[in-house]
Amino acid sequence: MKSKLLNEMRLTIPSKSVNESYARYAVSAFVGQLDPSVGDLGDIRTAVSEAVTNCVVHAYRDTEGKIYICAKYYDDGKVVISIRDKGCGIADVKKAMEPLYTTDTSGERGGMGFAIMESFTDKLRVRSAAGFGTSVVMTKRIKK
Amino acid sequence: MISVQAEKEKEILTLSIYGEIDHHSAKEIRCETDRQILSMRPKKVRMDLSGVSFMDSSGLGLIMGRYALTSDIGSELTVLNPTDAVARIILMAGLDKIVPMERSK
Repeated sequence: MKSKLLNEMRLTIPSKSVNESYARYAVSAFVGQLDPSVGDLGDIRTAVSEAVTNCVVHAYRDTEGKIYICAKYYDDGKVVISIRDKGCGIADVKKAMEPLYTTDTSGERGGMGFAIMESFTDKLRVRSAAGFGTSVVMTKRIKK
Repeated sequence: MISVQAEKEKEILTLSIYGEIDHHSAKEIRCETDRQILSMRPKKVRMDLSGVSFMDSSGLGLIMGRYALTSDIGSELTVLNPTDAVARIILMAGLDKIVPMERSK
């Protein structure tokens, strides 16, 4: 049976690092309407933080652009969160998703962003085109 | 808001971090921890994470960067008392195999 959409939110923010915490709390406040466990809410907060940080650090590296966030929840407890940018894109998504892989040379980034998003949600889909941007869609089922 | 408290006893410098560690706050923490480590040059540095209420992969980078710095000056780094959520991320990355993690609280 197809699940029924109950509610959705959209948020567009500039890729300023100060917005990383705002984005994760905005999405977790929205998902909070489902009365999730502290653990599930923490997982969503962490996964959103990773995706938004990727937009700030990688997609819009030396520039500032818009981050488009959309979250939806359904009557079966399914939550779908989409985080999109129109930044530089990822040439090799498969490589970028490997744990510990990073293009950062400062030694201050662990290359664990996608691995954490994957582990903290039930499903992760990443689509990207070099020069056009990246779309990250995460699905998590909230236990009732 | 994030804050770092430093306490030195003999040759051990304890840096207690309070607040949320993400890419934004990591810059400020990095500045303060490195200033303390480089000015005191202790034999051991303990990074107390018991007051950290949120940490994403930027925290892993923060620990790795401090590990590199302490190694450079011949000092040893230990991570102390992370909450379950923070420990989960450290263990997932296998960072505890490089930087010892102690949980006493």
